[in-house]
Amino acid sequence: MVAYIVRRSVMLIPILVLISLVSFAIIELPPGDWVTYQIENLRASGIELNEDEAERLVKMYGFDQPAWKRYIRWMRGILFKFNFGWSFQWGKTVNELLGERLPLTLVISISALIVSWIIAIPIGIYSATHQYSVLDYIFTFFGFLGLTIPTFLLAMVLAWYIFKLTEFAPLGLFSIEYMDEPMSMEKFIDMLKHLVLPLIIIGLNGTGALIRVMRGNLLDELKKQYVITARAKGVNEMQLLFKYPVRMSMNPVISTIGWILPGIFSGEVLVSLVLGLQTTGPLLLRAVLAQDMFLAGSIVMILSVLTVIGTLLSDILLAALDPRIRYSAAAAR
Amino acid sequence: MSDTGRGDLLLEVRNLQVHFYLFEGVVQAVNDVSFDVHRGRTLGIIGESGSGKSVSAQSVMGIVPSPPAKQLAGEIRLHRATPDGGIETVDLGRLDPRGQEYRDVRGGEIGMIFQEPMTSFSPLHTVGDQIGEAILLHIPDSTPQSARERTVDLLRRVGIPRPDRAVDAYPHELSGGMRQRAMIAMALSCDPALLIADEPTTALDVTIEAQILELIQELQDDLNMAIIYISHDLAVVGGVADEVMVMYLGLVMEHADAETIFDEPLHPYTRALWQSIPKIDGPLEQLVPISGNIPSPFAVHRGCPFYARCTERIQGVCDESPPPMLEPRPGHTVRCFLYADDVDLAANGATGE
Repeated sequence: MVAYIVRRSVMLIPILVLISLVSFAIIELPPGDWVTYQIENLRASGIELNEDEAERLVKMYGFDQPAWKRYIRWMRGILFKFNFGWSFQWGKTVNELLGERLPLTLVISISALIVSWIIAIPIGIYSATHQYSVLDYIFTFFGFLGLTIPTFLLAMVLAWYIFKLTEFAPLGLFSIEYMDEPMSMEKFIDMLKHLVLPLIIIGLNGTGALIRVMRGNLLDELKKQYVITARAKGVNEMQLLFKYPVRMSMNPVISTIGWILPGIFSGEVLVSLVLGLQTTGPLLLRAVLAQDMFLAGSIVMILSVLTVIGTLLSDILLAALDPRIRYSAAAAR
Repeated sequence: MSDTGRGDLLLEVRNLQVHFYLFEGVVQAVNDVSFDVHRGRTLGIIGESGSGKSVSAQSVMGIVPSPPAKQLAGEIRLHRATPDGGIETVDLGRLDPRGQEYRDVRGGEIGMIFQEPMTSFSPLHTVGDQIGEAILLHIPDSTPQSARERTVDLLRRVGIPRPDRAVDAYPHELSGGMRQRAMIAMALSCDPALLIADEPTTALDVTIEAQILELIQELQDDLNMAIIYISHDLAVVGGVADEVMVMYLGLVMEHADAETIFDEPLHPYTRALWQSIPKIDGPLEQLVPISGNIPSPFAVHRGCPFYARCTERIQGVCDESPPPMLEPRPGHTVRCFLYADDVDLAANGATGE
């Protein structure tokens, strides 16, 4: 098991290098750079910049160097000084900006994942064991609804309704009266109240798909011979269900962590914009618009790395749950 | 245990009727099936796929998937031994298949071996865990420790090498033959009075098959178990069964003790089956396949379901009304019009062809 984890972790290294290259390429792709964007902006507001001034800016930020040199400089900073670079737009280091927002993003994303599991797994189990029952049809209906309704629309509608009904505005992280207060119990509760809506909305985004996955898997497993064998032993139906087929059908659900995390990260961008949450999503959007390259590149890279780590975690979890995966891992060694 | 000797009646199935209500139509999987099972003896059920042999056995176990299946009629009377040494009779067909009482019988009084040793065990749990589960459920006062010891004993008894290690093995670490042995250990874990073996050797190769058959017979002698042995393989059934029941499309076509049914088959279907298999000791002869295919399971037959393939059919009779179950000889029943008029004619038809 330890060998398996080490092996999988070592295999991550080339993937991480590739991710950093792709992240850098993505921010290099659009024509122009931060300086040309700034000069355009100044021109638009009526200030003419002379050639010398522009050249000085280009040199100062290192845009006259070839791309590969800038990539190496950026990576060297990250690897050796844990310095992700400078945000031109905010006039702060990227580390500082992300330090403010990344924790909230992670809290929201991971809680949303947990929320979607808590909703989807029991519903999936019920739907599979009561296939074609009235409730199954109802869950299926809402599952598809959840799959198709854009999350930002749901966020807007629900935020408006909640405000209309309760006079509570579920926008931002804190209510105005707590905005500048030091952290206290009341402020914490206020924050939790603000987090409920985004969590549910972001969580629901993956829930519809997860219900279908869980239902389909379990339906397959319920027909398997080992279920009949267990029944022939006289095992109670409820115990049987959770000991055998549910555990088997959890495998694909666990491996969805890998592909559901990116979905949650990107779904979170729109919802956070709509609900005014200070997460990395809106930050990334503005950074990309303003060609704030180090900030954008760092966010893309960090989110990708987190996704890769999520996949690794789900693989380790799978190996812990399924002896056959442990076995083939040992055999491959 | 004095009143539960060899040959005592253990299970009576009477007029069992099970239909499957599927989207495509109704399948009359089991129609008016009756048989007895005696302690220490083996009933072989022979039939092609779709003949209802497995559904009959699953009905006894109470594990026919319902819906779509429904038991419309019939009784499944089990004469079980009570702890005080007496006998009580329960009609399994009336019990709730998911209820406590039926669950006590299932795995306790009746054990079952299935066809697919590769998929019969959960891949996520050790063999010992899955066998021990049955012991913990059915053997009073058992603890995880005692269940484990009993499991090791069982694994040794079914001939698995190094049973103290196999108990902690996962199913994928055992070969098909070993897995089927473990399956037998599981079915026998609680000393069942009846063992149902549903094509237990179909997925195994011939040498392993012989070993498994030998093992089952050995265990039967030791434990005085009754066995229902289901197979489409005539040679296998001929080797293990004391009496044989031949099924076709949900109906019992012929039922007699093993010797009689192999030497003097009465039903044209049974005779056709016998002609379609090679014999080692007899003279070399041409194998005769049964012409045509099994009719669709959704088809409803006014007369005999074998009519279309039968070489001795009587037009205007066999296709007009369902053939009755007749007993041309004591203990030898056959569902065929050929024996309807007069029992003497039937005896002649069987010997002089």
